[in-house]
Amino acid sequence: MRRFVISMLVANQFGVLTRVSGMFARRGFNIDSLTVGVTEKPGYSRMTVTMTGEDSDRDQMLKQLQKLHDVKEIKEMDPSSSVSRELILIKVAANSQNRQDIIDAVNVFRNKIIDFSPEAVCMEITGESSKLDAFIELMKPYGIIEMCRTGMVSLDRGTECLANQ
Amino acid sequence: MKMTGSQILIETLIEQGTDVVFGYPGGQVLNIYDELYLNSDRISHVLTAHEQGAAHAADGYARATGKVGVVIATSGPGATNLVTGIATAYLDSVPMVAITGNVPTGLLGRDSFQEVDIVGITMPVTKHNYMVKNVADLADTIREAFAIAKSGRPGPVLIDIPKDVQTAQTEYCAGEPAPEAETPDISDDVLKRAAEMINQSEKPYIYCGGGAIRSGCGEEILAIADKIDAPIGSSLMGLSAIPTASERALGMTGMHGTYTSSMAKAESDLILAFGVRFSDRATGDKSRYAEHAKIIHVDIDDAELNKNIPADLGIHGDMKKILSRLCAMVEKSEKPDWHAHIASLREYEKKNVFYGSGKLTPKTVIDMVSAEASEKTPIATDVGQHQMWTAQFYNFRTPRTFISSGGLGTMGFGMGAAIGASVATGERTVLVTGDGSFGMNLNELATAVSQRIPLVVVLMNNGVLGMVRQWQTIFFNKHYAQTTLERKTDFTALAKAFGAEGLTADTPETFAAALKTAFSTDGPVVIDCRIDQDERVLPMIPPNSTVDKMIID
Repeated sequence: MRRFVISMLVANQFGVLTRVSGMFARRGFNIDSLTVGVTEKPGYSRMTVTMTGEDSDRDQMLKQLQKLHDVKEIKEMDPSSSVSRELILIKVAANSQNRQDIIDAVNVFRNKIIDFSPEAVCMEITGESSKLDAFIELMKPYGIIEMCRTGMVSLDRGTECLANQ
Repeated sequence: MKMTGSQILIETLIEQGTDVVFGYPGGQVLNIYDELYLNSDRISHVLTAHEQGAAHAADGYARATGKVGVVIATSGPGATNLVTGIATAYLDSVPMVAITGNVPTGLLGRDSFQEVDIVGITMPVTKHNYMVKNVADLADTIREAFAIAKSGRPGPVLIDIPKDVQTAQTEYCAGEPAPEAETPDISDDVLKRAAEMINQSEKPYIYCGGGAIRSGCGEEILAIADKIDAPIGSSLMGLSAIPTASERALGMTGMHGTYTSSMAKAESDLILAFGVRFSDRATGDKSRYAEHAKIIHVDIDDAELNKNIPADLGIHGDMKKILSRLCAMVEKSEKPDWHAHIASLREYEKKNVFYGSGKLTPKTVIDMVSAEASEKTPIATDVGQHQMWTAQFYNFRTPRTFISSGGLGTMGFGMGAAIGASVATGERTVLVTGDGSFGMNLNELATAVSQRIPLVVVLMNNGVLGMVRQWQTIFFNKHYAQTTLERKTDFTALAKAFGAEGLTADTPETFAAALKTAFSTDGPVVIDCRIDQDERVLPMIPPNSTVDKMIID
């Protein structure tokens, strides 16, 4: 089992998110994260899906997604030749005794504090998923009140891009 | 030229080569039906008894011809009644365009009267679907729908048109029928590898599926089989691709495949899988599938390669082109040992497989239908034992004459499909059905009567749901839960009540006479054939099992 990152350029039509996510659901593949947003091209959105599975699962998923009329370009992102980022907002319980420890951790991880109250600190963290996972682990003892993750976005390094495949 | 959405729909359907549509009117397609009324000299309409029947008829039309079948239904229940028909077409890769009306755009999303999200409902069972909210997009959407439906691996496409889009006006420009889609280029290297594998094989087995019919490559398959001296087996969907009587043909393989075909496949050293998808009903236990064989898998749908059974060589492309090139690259050879073995399998099959013992056996019925039908007669079936008997015993002579629901296994498919096939070909059509399946959509007898369809319904009446009963006999200690029908239906009286002819047969002699009458009657005839309730479909390989577990008597 391995984690794959798949990037797609899709027609910006109503229902396209349902078509893509429905394909994963009915073929029995799990989505770890899915992000979608507009691109530099009018009429097209970009989706980034991370999934866990065998190589054969990935091959099957790529081929099935390619058959969807609204999916215009699709590829697996190679971790060695692409950059990827994810963002989380995380709210942690804090008091006068442990607040400084949390601030130190924020500085070491080069995160940002975006809200501050007597009983909680809210932080914004950007990076690769492994960095985010490490920071979440570090915060658990303080008590995570709530958090949200955007899911991964990814681009090729250099001039390579999805549309000129 | 300014036109309304409804006018544009009719013009574009005609432009795309549609000569007949199947359907049922209703509140949200009144405008479309008004245009059908006004244009009845250019496009005809077959009114069915139920939208499901219309969808199956469009499907039968498409299977019999290869053209795109078109069905029209109103919003809400009209649209949902199409769903089984659309799913049937999707699983068997049948080109179809389904048109539904919907409530005006202003009423969408408000649970309006007869509003349903048919685009959402049919997303998993269509190649693509649309809701057209702007009349300016309508013509190109319909053109694109036809192109998608018939390109590559065909399938159904649905277009949902709200009522206000049907009445709105826009400029209409005439277009062209969608061109044939380009197929992938295949490198010589890949074909060379295939040829090498074929040249090394001592026991090759050609396994052809529905793709062989779609690609129209029966002759190419026979040519390569002759050159490499290989037998040809078939999936259910591949039947009729090559003539049953060909000495190379071993018949169907799979759960109810012939003994010879299934055994030869299991013993072969190379399976040439042409346009098949290795469904579980065809493979049994996948982990032990064709253990001694390498597999070359050719398919127009790249996603089928390595989906169910991993191939040693997968080739994505059009079979007709691939096979004609491949045939020139393989060495001519003869394989007397392999054929001697196959001959011994055939001999064993003749002596040992049980074909029934009742007064009128299913095999006798199908053999007699084969003898009476012409080479062009479409043979439609429903789903169950009668379907398997037809697949096993019918003498197919021409591609596209076998009209049967394989993937979805839709009981009730046959009446609509037979009507569609007859409308498409103008031929007298035979429906082989059972009393269970026939009961699901026999209302379409009304359609066959009103359309004066020359339809011979061979009803294998055993008073039980035979296929399920067979499983209950073998796997459930003869607990016949809800499979003994105990109905008192008088099918001859029922046929007459619909305005059709009704006949009864319980011996080969009475069936022969009934068939003669049916084949010379101008209109639908139902022949109520009394079959023993314990007739079984044999051979049978139990589900998720292998040939060594085959039940033959």
